[in-house]
Amino acid sequence: QVAVALKEGRVTPTELCQRCLSLIKSTKFLNAYITVAEETALKQAEASEERYKKGQPLGVLDGIPVAVKDNFNTAGIETTCASNMLRGYISPYNATVVQKLLDQGAVLLGKTNLDEFAMGSGSTDGVFGPVRNPWSYSRQYKKKSVPESHSEDKEPDWVITGGSSGGSAAAVSSFTCFAALGSDTGGSTRNPAAHCGVVGLKPTYGLISRHGLIPLVNSMDVPGILTRCVDDAAVVLGSLAGHDPKDSTTIQDNFKPFELPNLTDVSKLSVGIPKEYHAPGLSSEILAIWSKAADLFENAGAKVVEVSLPHTRYSIVCYHVLCTAEVASNMARFDGLEYGHRSDMNESTESMYAATRREGFNDVVRGRILSGNYFLLKQNYEKYFIKAQKVRRLIANDFVKVFRSGVDVLLTPTTLSDAAPYMEFIKEDNRTRSAQDDILTQAANMAGLPAINVPTALSERGLPVGLQFIGHSFQEQQLLTVAKWFEKQVQFPMIQLEEVKRHDHGVFQHQKSASFS
Amino acid sequence: QRAVAGSARGRTVPAGDSGLAPWVPVVGLEIHAQISSNSKLFSGSQVQFAAPPNSLVSFFDASLPGTLPVLNRRCVEAAVMTGLALNCSINKKSLFDRKHYFYADLPAGYQITQQRVPIAVNGSLSYSLCIDNKMSQMVTKTVRIKQIQLEQDSGKSLHDDTRSQTLVDLNRAGVGLMEVVMEPDMCCGEEAAAAVRELQLILQTLGSSQAVMAEGQLRVDANVSVHHPGEPYGVRTEVKNINSIRFLAKAIDYEIERQIEELENGGTILNETRAFDSKLGCTVPMRDKEGKQDYRFMPEPNLPPLILYDAKSLPANMNHQQVINIDWIHERLPDLPSVKREKLVEQYGILPEHSFTLLNEDGLAEFFENVVKQTQMKPKKVIGWILQDLLSYLKQHSLTVKESPVSPILLADLLNLLEKEEISSTAAKQVLAELWKGEGKTPLEIVKEQKLQLLEDQKELEQICQAVIDRQENE
Repeated sequence: QVAVALKEGRVTPTELCQRCLSLIKSTKFLNAYITVAEETALKQAEASEERYKKGQPLGVLDGIPVAVKDNFNTAGIETTCASNMLRGYISPYNATVVQKLLDQGAVLLGKTNLDEFAMGSGSTDGVFGPVRNPWSYSRQYKKKSVPESHSEDKEPDWVITGGSSGGSAAAVSSFTCFAALGSDTGGSTRNPAAHCGVVGLKPTYGLISRHGLIPLVNSMDVPGILTRCVDDAAVVLGSLAGHDPKDSTTIQDNFKPFELPNLTDVSKLSVGIPKEYHAPGLSSEILAIWSKAADLFENAGAKVVEVSLPHTRYSIVCYHVLCTAEVASNMARFDGLEYGHRSDMNESTESMYAATRREGFNDVVRGRILSGNYFLLKQNYEKYFIKAQKVRRLIANDFVKVFRSGVDVLLTPTTLSDAAPYMEFIKEDNRTRSAQDDILTQAANMAGLPAINVPTALSERGLPVGLQFIGHSFQEQQLLTVAKWFEKQVQFPMIQLEEVKRHDHGVFQHQKSASFS
Repeated sequence: QRAVAGSARGRTVPAGDSGLAPWVPVVGLEIHAQISSNSKLFSGSQVQFAAPPNSLVSFFDASLPGTLPVLNRRCVEAAVMTGLALNCSINKKSLFDRKHYFYADLPAGYQITQQRVPIAVNGSLSYSLCIDNKMSQMVTKTVRIKQIQLEQDSGKSLHDDTRSQTLVDLNRAGVGLMEVVMEPDMCCGEEAAAAVRELQLILQTLGSSQAVMAEGQLRVDANVSVHHPGEPYGVRTEVKNINSIRFLAKAIDYEIERQIEELENGGTILNETRAFDSKLGCTVPMRDKEGKQDYRFMPEPNLPPLILYDAKSLPANMNHQQVINIDWIHERLPDLPSVKREKLVEQYGILPEHSFTLLNEDGLAEFFENVVKQTQMKPKKVIGWILQDLLSYLKQHSLTVKESPVSPILLADLLNLLEKEEISSTAAKQVLAELWKGEGKTPLEIVKEQKLQLLEDQKELEQICQAVIDRQENE
């Protein structure tokens, strides 16, 4: 819709850009952005404007303000991964996905906040502080405590965004950009999408290039897409997917961008409900919403079947072993020698390395490195790493079997509950939280499958709840088509933010109508 | 030491003065050959010797976060060629792994190598030795090749002790290496040296590596142990820092003797790494060896398994650019040194040991063949001039064949004169000595200048002889 508005000249790219930038400033308390690239964004917007004037926009994304999670390399703009290790690090190159967005004329507003090195499920463990869920400030949110005055600093009951791509989710949710890139290793795009009421797409592993995405787990990471509606996700996917010679794990097949059909007849659709996703700790609220959604499909004529993914319960432990092992390996390069933080300790190379890494990493990262190295020790390798790989194969096979039996998509909850208040969330440590929160999203990363969070309804507390669809490998078109149909049925409400209302000059009205049919 | 080396040639070292049982030395080798390619194994930066520090470093080589490895096709081809030349089975599916350790010249904190399934396995290398330094008695030996694996080279670190700092140059980081592992089938320095020399010639013939030790393109580490016959193998030490084939033989022989001496004196051998000190001619323990390293091997997740094809398994509609066909490479292998030698012997009727010397010297075989083409003298005679006169002159003046002031055509002209009996062989040697000066004169010119022609005129000869007799009579 915004693209149409740009094309018709009802709004110009620079106006759009400026409005987003000022909205970012007034929503600073959300702490969604680590770096705002004001100057370059405006330049990009101006260039885009020139193109529109000539009637030669590069495509749908030309002039569209976007944000990128701060673990993607952006040339000339600081890339920190929310870590002291990379504070002040200016990368000399753009990640492939960033380059693709820029080549399409998108306007890069800035880099969004995350858990340090993408390790976490709350976006609370980065060195720049936690990200606040915009819904904490919505009219819909029913706060537990007595509402204070408008002094945001004294609000201890704001809720988390989920993580680790919390900054990106908050940015999209609060209208400061129209699309954002996140990353998804165990649910890091879908989890915050669910908590912030936005669409979060995890594409099939190998579809989108990881070149330039600072890796957490190379064999599970994918760039994630966060948007306000499924159609937008399809557009962004179309501009990013495809083989990249710089990433040897991308598939060679030609990718053809697609437009999503408006599905009306779901009678040929088979939806699977995996019983193991009725996980311990799943709130009764979400269970009810999930159930209702299943009924929705059934009533519309789809075939809804209960299926089983028996190895689901081993996925947390399996993920823990494989994730920490790869983390230990990937973090070995951070020694302060070539780039990034370097300690003043200079008695010897070893002591410099040790001090640099202790100073540069938070204890979540250090903890995972230690665990990972333990699992990779010669005497432990067979017992842990190899075993975990085998279990991973079993988990992946569960999906293969179910999909082969005729199921088109799986429908599951995305999170165990709605967003927790920050004060409650930090009572447990990162590891415990991650283990709990990832259970519903991890398996898709283990199996490399595409999955998407679609905002579904508001909880009793007035916070977003989303549901997840998991599809066949490389069948994003089918997955998104079903997701779009579902989105249309549920008509998830728009967030009502004070700040946004002040800046709403009709442009966002257009965006709103995108969510309704 | 010479006594040890000499007797080490047979498989056992006879008892020392103490009358103890004989010793069996066991030598294995780990050889790293730098692949001759334009760019590095996993990145596009250039491969070049002696470039300004840190001028050939890509983002990936510097381990900038977010960069990924992309396999270089030429490096794979080089490894396949080498594997085929060494009679290996080429693994149609091989895997890449990460080997972790922290060091200043290893930016990523790990090296990408092939630990689980390397590209080639179970080969063999045949090499020849002279018995008792007599070229006429050559014996052929074989060493088994355990495997060949592709891996990254590390950067270089230079320790500046005066300023207490280490300088790191990453030009070499990421250059492709083939690690060739030779089983412990060798028994002494001489065998190891001969095996490495033959490997060097093979690599140079294939073009897969330039294999010049002085430029670090070929690095050899030796694994040495001794035991009594019938007993299990002894503890082995690893000897590093060997910069030439000559030093390789010295280092190994020294280490064998050191171990024997140690054991005969009741000591033990530590499983350690030792460095060869070329000035002192001995091996010394390398510092900082605190316990065994656990490299925490892990599969390299950013590189899918390497799949190679042969004529049978090649899928019909594959992009030719994207695949490597082992059979195609096999068909195009050049003649290996052993084949070249056989051909030389067959074609020219020279002795096998001659063919070794011809191939051992870069360019000498071509020189020989060029001379043979342009002269009527039989190859069997030409070879003498090549191996004795030409080669010894070059050695005396430390020249390579390419630098020879005497070109094949000059030598051929000279030999033609000799063959046509226009000069004697003594005169020919004189002419040759003159030709070495490189003053641009032809043999014929020199002959005329120095009046070295053989006289054919009977009458003239009689006159000279008569003159000599007359002179004698007058005394």
